[in-house]
Amino acid sequence: MGNVTETKVQGQGSLKMNAQLGRWRKSPVFYPLIGFIVIFVVMALVNDNFLTANNLSNVARQVSIIAIIAVGMTCAILTGGIDLSVGPVMALSGTLTAGLMIAGFPVELAVLAGLLVGALFGAGNGLFVAYAKMPPIIVTLATMGIARGLALIYTGGYPISGLPEGFAFLGRGEIFGLQLPILVMLVVYILAFILLNKTPIGRYIYAIGGNEEAARLSGVRVSRYKLLVYTLSGLTAALAGIVLTSRLMSGQPNAGVGFELDAIAAVVLGGTAIAGGRGAIVGTLISAMMLGVLNNGLNLMGVLPYVQNVIKGGIILLAIYISRSRDK
Amino acid sequence: MSSLLTLDHISKSFPGVKALTDISLQLREGEIHALLGENGAGKSTLMKILCGIYSPDAGSIAIDGKEQHFHTYHDAIKAGVGIIFQEFSLIPYLTATENIFLGREITNRFGMLDSTSMSKKAEALFQRLGVTIDLTEPVSHLSVAEQQFVEIAKALSLEARILVLDEPTATLTPSEADHLFNIMRELKSQGVGMIFISHHMDEIYEICDRITVLRDGCLVGECEVRSTDVDDLVEMMVGRKIENNFPPKALHTTSEVVIDVRAIQLTREAPVNSFTLHRGEILGFAGLVGSGRTKLALGLLGATPVHRKDVLVNGRAESLKSPADALNCGIGLLPESRKTEGLVLPFSIRENITLNNLAKHCDVGFIINRSHEGQVVDDLMRKVRVKAPDHECPVGNLSGGNQQKVVIARWLNHNCKVLIFDEPTRGIDVGAKAEIYRLMRALTNQGISIIMISSELPEVVGVSDRVAVFRQGRIVKTLAGDAVDSSNIIRYATGGA
Repeated sequence: MGNVTETKVQGQGSLKMNAQLGRWRKSPVFYPLIGFIVIFVVMALVNDNFLTANNLSNVARQVSIIAIIAVGMTCAILTGGIDLSVGPVMALSGTLTAGLMIAGFPVELAVLAGLLVGALFGAGNGLFVAYAKMPPIIVTLATMGIARGLALIYTGGYPISGLPEGFAFLGRGEIFGLQLPILVMLVVYILAFILLNKTPIGRYIYAIGGNEEAARLSGVRVSRYKLLVYTLSGLTAALAGIVLTSRLMSGQPNAGVGFELDAIAAVVLGGTAIAGGRGAIVGTLISAMMLGVLNNGLNLMGVLPYVQNVIKGGIILLAIYISRSRDK
Repeated sequence: MSSLLTLDHISKSFPGVKALTDISLQLREGEIHALLGENGAGKSTLMKILCGIYSPDAGSIAIDGKEQHFHTYHDAIKAGVGIIFQEFSLIPYLTATENIFLGREITNRFGMLDSTSMSKKAEALFQRLGVTIDLTEPVSHLSVAEQQFVEIAKALSLEARILVLDEPTATLTPSEADHLFNIMRELKSQGVGMIFISHHMDEIYEICDRITVLRDGCLVGECEVRSTDVDDLVEMMVGRKIENNFPPKALHTTSEVVIDVRAIQLTREAPVNSFTLHRGEILGFAGLVGSGRTKLALGLLGATPVHRKDVLVNGRAESLKSPADALNCGIGLLPESRKTEGLVLPFSIRENITLNNLAKHCDVGFIINRSHEGQVVDDLMRKVRVKAPDHECPVGNLSGGNQQKVVIARWLNHNCKVLIFDEPTRGIDVGAKAEIYRLMRALTNQGISIIMISSELPEVVGVSDRVAVFRQGRIVKTLAGDAVDSSNIIRYATGGA
């Protein structure tokens, strides 16, 4: 061991640079960022219309819904869990908010109620996962069906439209030239970044995914934080659902079909280990953007939607194959 | 005698570390060869090279004089090398037979599994070992020792002529270990060459023919067991004489009771136990493996549910429903298995140390102050002498002893009053052990009380002020003062008294 310290003193300069480079490469954000840049550049070269302010802002807005859901999903996956119920929870919260407004409740109250229901639904997931100790994938698979069913029952299967004008601001408004869904997304990411990187709760979320038993035995109240994580996931899904409802000015019971899979793809492509414990929220945002850019670029190129699915799936496989080397 | 296996001038480096330098080792037919060295001496690296997991930078491997190049584990198996790792590679839900033939099942002419002939072959294998095992039970129902026998049978079924046993006795009871030794003797008579890794000198003297000693990745020497005594071996391992591992015991123990366990009963059928822990003492929990020491500790801490618990901490009744509750009362646990229960491996040293006391490092109530956290961690690392480049180093890169020190530092950060050390020196080398003992004693001198669960008798005797001896889930005797000696403990632990 004595030798190690000596060499360290001798070659500190070069060692520091090497370490910095190594740390960069090991950062979970490294590969997602490279992937994003590559796809961005390719799309810009292939399409003339891609690199316009209008188009880029469109991409960001389209991505915002999935990106917001992916925040809660990142937390769930970091603890070693998963939340499949986010798509239907979006629909449930969105339709409920719409329904309450139609029933005459003020916009703010309806939005709050929608968020609350999403959070409560997530907390229900959390109770089963954290306290009944059931596997997250099974719990949320079951509640996925329940949430979708509730949304369909509530709406009778029909979209709820005719929403008050004041509600449109959330999905269509602008502040400082920034579309509101993008702004909401950025705020959510900043809050999530602080939560995960700067607070004890974030540290516990990583610790639970890294080694749940060690965390529990050293006195971390694991169940409590798992409950919190699923509640957060329900909350971000609800927020996404409400933003989407406002964008469409219609509460759709069939909104968000398959969104859980897009969110999971963004999280995993973003460098979060599916087993939990490692990952970064910034990576999720970058990957969500990358998927959005890919989508948009393929659309601009006139690639048929069916073909797009195949290309997207292939790129996800390839990306994860490349980033796999990071774990070694 | 012919040389079955020759490792010739093997060297291996990892980025920044020279793991092995010029190691040679010869294994003869029917020989049991001990590989000895402190943790981090290079034993595992050498064995991983032998079984094709790593490839050497220099040097060669020869079997029966023929040079071999192993690129994968499968190459090594094909060449007749079998390794019994500490962590078993059995599939828990399959039977012994199914495990043995996994991946190369025997089929009949319709392509269906031929279970009759597989069972017969498996029976023959176990006969060769001289062991009877229920071949129809899932291996998860077998004891650890039996699972190990299944691993050995599996290796033999692959026609292994070279068998590596990596600390096979670490999880066995003494009688199970004896059984293993009988099997090894049987295999020896059949000409199988074995490399045996163990930290227990008595085992090496009981079963081995020759010893190769490694230190810091270099070959220190090779000797016949018969002509070498223990002190020489230890000196070869650590490069210095270790006279006394144990620090002096507490000068005067107080009668001030910190924890008064008036009654604890794990299940309705389990015996009711009671004991007290005094301020500034080390209370040893001795007993055979499986005598209920760890279960009692986990129950006390609230990590596992118990049937009945009546505990006073500093004179106040506490329910201790979870480890977090215990922490609030100032009681901490250093678990038996550091990697699976103690440390969050993807985390750095810093994150592991502050894991359960982040509130202490927060500004504005909830934002972690990194620089304060780092300073505290650096202080603690100096205090317990963790050897690492800096506090951002992942704990997975540390040696066992240093990992244990990180866990100790975590509790020091918390100002705990009571620490429960479960097998504090398992898998830790001799030098680091002495350091851990000194640390424990330094803690008790500051008024902290320690419960130490240990299966190593010299450790229990050398470190404890008092010893509670367990047998079949019951504290049968509490020894104090001069009564703390090996023969007393063994008598009570085995029911010989």
